[in-house]
Amino acid sequence: MPTLTLASARSPFRDEFAEELAIRPLHSGDIHASFQFRTVWGVDLLQATDPRFLRYAILPREIVCTENLTPWKKLLPCGSKAGLAVLLKSEKLFHSSYFSQAVHIRPVCQGMHCTVPSWEMRQTLNVVFDLYTSGQGKREWSMFKIKIYVDVTDSPQGELFELSPPTPLLSQAVVLGDRRTYSVYDLTDPGTFGKVRSLNLLVRWKADNGDMLRPLLHGERYVAGFGLQTGEIHTLIYNNHPYRAFPVLLLETVPWYLRLYIHTLTVTSKNRENKPSYIHYQPSKDRLRPHLLEMLVQLPPNSVTEVTVQFERALLKWTEYPPDPNHGFYVGSSVLSALVPSLVAMDTNITQEHPLFSSFFLCKEESSYFMRVYTEPLLVNLPTPDFSMPYNVICLTCTVVAVGYGSFYNLLTRTFQVEEPSQSLAKRLANVIRRWRGVPQL
Amino acid sequence: MAAVEVEKQRGRSAAVAIAALVIAAGIPLWWKTTETYRAWLPAARISELEALQLELRVEVEVVFARGTLSPEQQKKVPASRMREQQQQVDDKTGLKFTYETRFRTATVMEEDALNQPTAAEADHALHTLTETSCGSVVIYIIPEASALLPQDMRVYVGRSRTALLRSQVASVVGAGLPEVLAALDPQMEQVLQTMSFNHQDVTAALTDRLRPGLSTRDSLADSMRAFKSSPGYEITFSLLNPDPKHHQLHWDVEAALDAYIYPLLHKMAPVANFSVDSQILYYAVLGVNPRYDASASAYTLSADSLAHVINPVEARLGSNAASSNPVLNFLLYVPDSLHSPLIIRNDQKQEVASNAFHSPRWGGIMVYNVDGAYGNDTQFPVDIAIDMSRVMGVFLSQLRLMLGFQQTGAPPGFVLEAAGREGVAEWELDRLLWSRSVENVATASASITSLAQLLDQIANIVINDNIAQQVASAVTALQAAVAELEAGNLALALEHSREAISASERAFFDPSLLHLLYFPDDQKFAIYIPLFLPMCVPILLSLLKIFREVQQHRAEKRAKRD
Repeated sequence: MPTLTLASARSPFRDEFAEELAIRPLHSGDIHASFQFRTVWGVDLLQATDPRFLRYAILPREIVCTENLTPWKKLLPCGSKAGLAVLLKSEKLFHSSYFSQAVHIRPVCQGMHCTVPSWEMRQTLNVVFDLYTSGQGKREWSMFKIKIYVDVTDSPQGELFELSPPTPLLSQAVVLGDRRTYSVYDLTDPGTFGKVRSLNLLVRWKADNGDMLRPLLHGERYVAGFGLQTGEIHTLIYNNHPYRAFPVLLLETVPWYLRLYIHTLTVTSKNRENKPSYIHYQPSKDRLRPHLLEMLVQLPPNSVTEVTVQFERALLKWTEYPPDPNHGFYVGSSVLSALVPSLVAMDTNITQEHPLFSSFFLCKEESSYFMRVYTEPLLVNLPTPDFSMPYNVICLTCTVVAVGYGSFYNLLTRTFQVEEPSQSLAKRLANVIRRWRGVPQL
Repeated sequence: MAAVEVEKQRGRSAAVAIAALVIAAGIPLWWKTTETYRAWLPAARISELEALQLELRVEVEVVFARGTLSPEQQKKVPASRMREQQQQVDDKTGLKFTYETRFRTATVMEEDALNQPTAAEADHALHTLTETSCGSVVIYIIPEASALLPQDMRVYVGRSRTALLRSQVASVVGAGLPEVLAALDPQMEQVLQTMSFNHQDVTAALTDRLRPGLSTRDSLADSMRAFKSSPGYEITFSLLNPDPKHHQLHWDVEAALDAYIYPLLHKMAPVANFSVDSQILYYAVLGVNPRYDASASAYTLSADSLAHVINPVEARLGSNAASSNPVLNFLLYVPDSLHSPLIIRNDQKQEVASNAFHSPRWGGIMVYNVDGAYGNDTQFPVDIAIDMSRVMGVFLSQLRLMLGFQQTGAPPGFVLEAAGREGVAEWELDRLLWSRSVENVATASASITSLAQLLDQIANIVINDNIAQQVASAVTALQAAVAELEAGNLALALEHSREAISASERAFFDPSLLHLLYFPDDQKFAIYIPLFLPMCVPILLSLLKIFREVQQHRAEKRAKRD
């Protein structure tokens, strides 16, 4: 990656910045673009906290939009004025099938001896463009000092799609356990685009079919059950490796208002019970702490593992409901972390140049790589009270009090007098008829 | 008939009994159970604070060196004297300045120190002899013929709280000590106005309490330049590089901060907390297009376009989202190669020597030209190292202005020693402490009295116990600060005044005060009326009936008598 080199040896380590774009045409016709930006500061920014403590926080209801993209772009040294960030236009980005952006900050070592820690900030942005809505993959830009990688593994002889302008530069890298071939356009090399100061990358699709390799580890989560009293959380973990089993660490943080019944926790793989090697459970405290469940589950090869736990929905106090209570309450995603065995042996020579997207998690072991997968968040309905009840209570009690008190008061203060009883209606009618007949009255 | 009469009497007494029960027991019960919780506040002490009488006491020590007094005058020394000056700022605020002066002769060691060849060395030697307390001033009177000061200079103000004053009093033969002291008075007054507070500064610090229009235009401009007293400040140094393709800038800001800025901030630790950070911004442009001036062969920014420079840059500067402290921004702008060199012109169309300007209560901007570092045919981008000592010198002086150190023009005949490594002399810090203490006391008393008034007027505000405690502690700290100012302990007074301000701000802006504030009245009635109306209407009607019957009965009785 390009660095700023200095002639004088006595100057301290300077800040570095590198950026990259990796494009991968998918079989469905969509294009996955991954932007990577890496800033390294040559100073020890923080007195590091104890790395044994993990702090985890999640906001499941928040969605990512332009409000998040703009301050994210401001973290780049040149903002959106130069470099790859010029391409990041929010109208195009948010008209896509999938969008994800991340900021990772961590201390790294410089070189082998790690005398001075420096801090690295990586910003990644992954977009899947739906080709039918955003047109063919034709882009024009002009910039300097970056590299573009296009994934051509699936069509080595150009059967699936054709890439133009062609480039003889091919590089191989192992990404997520899979050896993939990339056509590299190095924009620092003036030979790449000759006299014209812009690069037009054209991907022309030739064939329609093709089979994609499924990822080795992925997960799903959903809520089962009916009614507003109880329910069940099902987490499905898929292991698509043909012959290797590996353990996966499942971390679930469930809010306190879904009261989990841990005695109903079952883990099944291939219709047989699978006992986890390690379970750590911290119960919730009402309004203070959520449930924390961590399990180490061994996944058999080529299988689906299902983790189920039943829960009961709690009734909250009426000021704790959000303004739209019938929308539901969000439960954050669960996290699956695993060392996935690779189908291909990895290159452990760390001094060789790696593209940025493959060097995020460098692993010493030759045959596995680290992966962290997040499942979907859940939307759960809680029993909501009738919010018009205070008005009803006022009406009812006031009516009862008024009626009861009124009659009581009447009884106490009314005076009773003896009165001649008046004639009944029948007798009066009879008297009228008798008068008319001339007969003496009753 | 008698039975009917008894019956009616029973009905009447029942109605009256129910009415009496409702009024005697029901209404107080309802009132007590529906009132807002209000803890007790020390209202009497708060109303005392409204009329603020501040007394500032300075301890002055005047030391006579050998040769300044005749032997008879020397016998009357040591002596002490107190001088007071009153100033009524407005009908509620009064100031009293007390100068407590002690006179003595110099000790042998002090005489040795005064025999040093230059004034600076004498000052340094004197400083090592005595430890002066915060807020006090020591004046050494040296004979007319002394060679410590140049011929036309009369006063030398040192780096700590001492001053050397050359007097000609000894030449008056036969004068008693009081005449000598009387002759010294105007000169001492001048020294004290420079080294300690002067009356305009203190009045300016009270602007929080005063109605506008009472201070002059100049003092208003001065008081508006510095930041208001705050428990902490954030200082940000930014390097703006609009042209990274041509200029590759390197600045060693950490070392420069260590050398120039941190000593000053350490010295100001009793005044406020500081947090410093720095950043580099690329592609940051000024909002103004500079014009090319052929006579100077440079691009120029005129004084009236400077106001438009800051706005477009400020959006990108950023600040700490976690604190509400005021931010001081210092920007170092390196013009791009197309607009180099760039110079700033002041109102009189002259070049500003430091090529920098500052904006009141915001920060400063300095333009650093690098066109001389490379020729026309160098390989771009060019590596340029910025000379941080020049830059930090300018920023340090701007920082001093922003923090409240006055630009004291030395009165004629005065020599002011340049500040040392910390960038500020002890007496300058003392001046700042005086005005800050007074400002803190004024602000704290204003906010406490207005809070008490507010709580009095609006019955709907809930006063929790912790608010009452904060108010009580604020009042206590305020009274302690005023007492310490009277006693002359400046450092303690500043501490108490900071405590008072933070407690009063915490009480004033507490969100629990608003708990029931906006509870609408019509909702209250909507809840009470369905309950009370059916209850009270029968009672009222029967009371009315009873009243009419009694009146009728009385009329009949009168008719029967007649």
